[in-house]
Amino acid sequence: MSAAVPGSTPLSAARIAAAVRRGERSAVEVVEQHLAVIAEGEPQIHAFNAVMDDQARRAAALVDQRVAAGDDPGPLAGVPLALKDNLCTRGVPTTCSSRILEGWRPPYDATVVTRLVLAGAIPVGKTNLDEFAMGSSTENSAFGPTRNPHDQGRVPGGSSGGSAAAVAAGFAPLALGSDTGGSIRQPAALCGVVGLKPTYGRVSRYGLVAFASSLDQIGPLTSTVADAAVALEVIAGHDPLDSTSVPEPAPRLVSRLDEGVDGLRIGVVTELMGEGIASDVRRRVEAAAEALGAAGAKVDDVSVPAVTYGLSSYYLIAPAEASSNLARYDGVRYGLRVDAPTTAAMNTATRTAGFGDEVKRRIMLGTYALSAGYYDAYYGKAQKVRTLIIRDFATAYESFDLLLAPVSPTTAFPFGAKADPLTMYLSDVCTIPSNLAGDPAVSVPFGAGDDGLPIGVQVLAPALAEATMLRAAIVLEDAMAREVST
Amino acid sequence: MTEWETVIGLEVHCELATATKLFCGCRNAFGDEPNTNVCPVCLGLPGSLPVLNRGAVELAMRLGLALGCEVRPSLFHRKNYFYPDMPKDYQISQYDQPVNVDGVVELADGARIGVERAHLEEDTGKSSHVGGGGRIHEADHSLVDYNRAGVPLVEIVSRPDLRSSEQAKAYVNELRAVLLATGASDARMEEGSMRVDANISVRPVGSSVLGTRCEVKNLNSTRSLARAVDYEARRQIELLSAGEQVLQQTRHWDEADGRTSPLRSKEEAFDYRYFPEPDLVPLSPEPAWQAAVGEALPLLPAARRRRLAAATGAGAASVAMVVERGLDDLVLAALEAGGDPGRLMVHAEHDLAGATGALDATAFAGLTSMEAGGALTATQAKAVLAELVATGGDPEAVAGALGYEALPGEVLAGAVDAAIAANPAAWDRFLAGDAKVAGFFVGQVMKATAGKADGKAVTALLRQRAAS
Repeated sequence: MSAAVPGSTPLSAARIAAAVRRGERSAVEVVEQHLAVIAEGEPQIHAFNAVMDDQARRAAALVDQRVAAGDDPGPLAGVPLALKDNLCTRGVPTTCSSRILEGWRPPYDATVVTRLVLAGAIPVGKTNLDEFAMGSSTENSAFGPTRNPHDQGRVPGGSSGGSAAAVAAGFAPLALGSDTGGSIRQPAALCGVVGLKPTYGRVSRYGLVAFASSLDQIGPLTSTVADAAVALEVIAGHDPLDSTSVPEPAPRLVSRLDEGVDGLRIGVVTELMGEGIASDVRRRVEAAAEALGAAGAKVDDVSVPAVTYGLSSYYLIAPAEASSNLARYDGVRYGLRVDAPTTAAMNTATRTAGFGDEVKRRIMLGTYALSAGYYDAYYGKAQKVRTLIIRDFATAYESFDLLLAPVSPTTAFPFGAKADPLTMYLSDVCTIPSNLAGDPAVSVPFGAGDDGLPIGVQVLAPALAEATMLRAAIVLEDAMAREVST
Repeated sequence: MTEWETVIGLEVHCELATATKLFCGCRNAFGDEPNTNVCPVCLGLPGSLPVLNRGAVELAMRLGLALGCEVRPSLFHRKNYFYPDMPKDYQISQYDQPVNVDGVVELADGARIGVERAHLEEDTGKSSHVGGGGRIHEADHSLVDYNRAGVPLVEIVSRPDLRSSEQAKAYVNELRAVLLATGASDARMEEGSMRVDANISVRPVGSSVLGTRCEVKNLNSTRSLARAVDYEARRQIELLSAGEQVLQQTRHWDEADGRTSPLRSKEEAFDYRYFPEPDLVPLSPEPAWQAAVGEALPLLPAARRRRLAAATGAGAASVAMVVERGLDDLVLAALEAGGDPGRLMVHAEHDLAGATGALDATAFAGLTSMEAGGALTATQAKAVLAELVATGGDPEAVAGALGYEALPGEVLAGAVDAAIAANPAAWDRFLAGDAKVAGFFVGQVMKATAGKADGKAVTALLRQRAAS
């Protein structure tokens, strides 16, 4: 599948880094080439809130100097990197696509940004998202939606829609997104790229502007499975600045990619293959199951009953945490301030003007769910359901190494098609369970739907089993390549 | 006429004496230039995350163990409310699973006041309101200093076991002594590193049901606390005596007016929407750590008092005063060195309020032995003690240098007889039982001996003469 922007022939991050490290290509040349693609395509796609041309050029020159001096700039040397605009970048505006953060420049870099830059990657821009990562289409951005490079009349998915579109359009081979209920995997599926949500705690959240702290996780969006593995190796591993980051060091992923799936037990989650899932999407998941079976895996159906309650549980827990996380945008210290006679009136005026409808909706929902007298019935009950989901996944993983499911119930939908919030929320029905369980999952492009638009299939794994998960993902990628070439 | 009983429970907030803040590496220091000890974490900048300070946990545990609390696995919650000096608009605090539960504060008079819990939380920043007399609603503008934001606090919640303003004051003083002894806090109310809120209610004597309480805030000294308790108890008693009701309220103490006024009612109370803090993991101090903290605890004020009372046989008030002054170790060492227990305690209570300077236990012991043996009068002993504090040395040598040679018995007896012979009218009054005249004779003898006489010895001789 080719990117929608003519003239662009995306190179993988791994190939770029290899060439730059060997001195065969300069990082400056790589960056200029990508900036040219951006200049041509961005006016139509609107993947970025800000393109960091000057910083990118300077950073590329530094990488080249290191190569010239005989240093190794690292496994992502010279690789253009698109950063979701809810990741803090020192001195560079970080907006979360919200008016409320107008003018705010973080005084520090997110841990993931530091690690990627230390590995030689070159940030080229901050990508668009649904405001504060709340949404599944980027239509909730205060700065206008991103368009899907495969069909500009359709959404790229969300909330990491800008990151997915940037990779699909060839603006950057590597992007970071954040995934609270599917925000990496769903746009990856809709834009035909790889999107990986790691185990909760695998990647430091330090510097990720919080939406729902117990669910948020940063991960890569790439054009190949191997690139996702390289990026995850770089950003994973304990960070003393994030108390919830797991103590384990970064896993070895790249060297295990070709171990295959022979003998692995893979279960297709029956609850996620029924009503509400488009038949073309279901067929691609079935095809993926066959491909894995052909590669030696033992594939069977598996029931994970509690996942059906994932959506309702999620829409209490995530808004509850968000209502607290977003309280700090009060006009006192940074960002937007709308003046008023008293502090309380200033808080209200600022938040009324600064937040969009979806953010306000979730703040109200979450505030209500945590209120005295309602806590047990809503937040408390939702946490119990979360425990059940964790338990049911654990039971499934007693008999299976990996699970298989759809990512998005449909292919990319037209702008405005899901104006009703509840309809929009259903976009995440297959992705939310992994966030609630804290388990890793990856969306792998696996063909197209009846409308010719990309479909992704989802490989789910138990906590910290990213290596096994990626073995299956790359088998699917290879199978797809064969399917296309025959 | 109903007799009323005041019931008080105190919530005491103390800043822990850590080097750095509760969730970041910023300095925990009082009085620095505003907004210099700040970072993304304690400013609550988007994307920042808290990391728990192990030192703060250790100090909290040390305090908890000193109060006889059970140290438990605990959890942090978010307490949500909007306030400009709170950077995240929520406070990270402990809610239903605090680190310390079920302790006791033992007062000097032996009363045991229950401690329900002593939990960890972060402090807020500090607002100052410019113009309009410093109150927020009249101010021209407000300034916020976030140096204090994120400083570790323990909140120590007493049970409603206190019964008077005096007892409330004694509780706060005792708690401060424990905080200082453990090194958990410098516990300075005037700098705000120790802050007290009082829950006050009244009920008829004999009742076991608690009355409706009011919480009084803005108590900046133990004096304010005592005044506020007395005021609030009186106010509530007047209401109830007039057949009216006490409304559950949070009230503000006005030090200048000497009265409390309502801040908000129960209905207006904040809904804090507590929920477990997802950015932190549960805290369960490993048993070995707890044990080490417990073993390293210093001797605490109540134990010091018991030890000193047992060794000296002194009364509770003297013992409390000497321990409060931190002189009990000196007294005990002097006792060990052969000092006189009664005289040691008298000097420690009355003559060593300042520093003990160059005084050592051996000299202190020697001084009181001389005194007890009649070699020094009380007045002389005080002078010698002052010299020992100022320059040190041996008490006999100091006494000699000051010219305090012990007065030979026959010289003293002669001086007494001379005084009697010179004042027959006064002597008659003494014989008639006018004890006050004794002071007159003591004065005469002192004059005659240039102050070297021991007043007690003179009185004894007078009695002896009168009886013969």
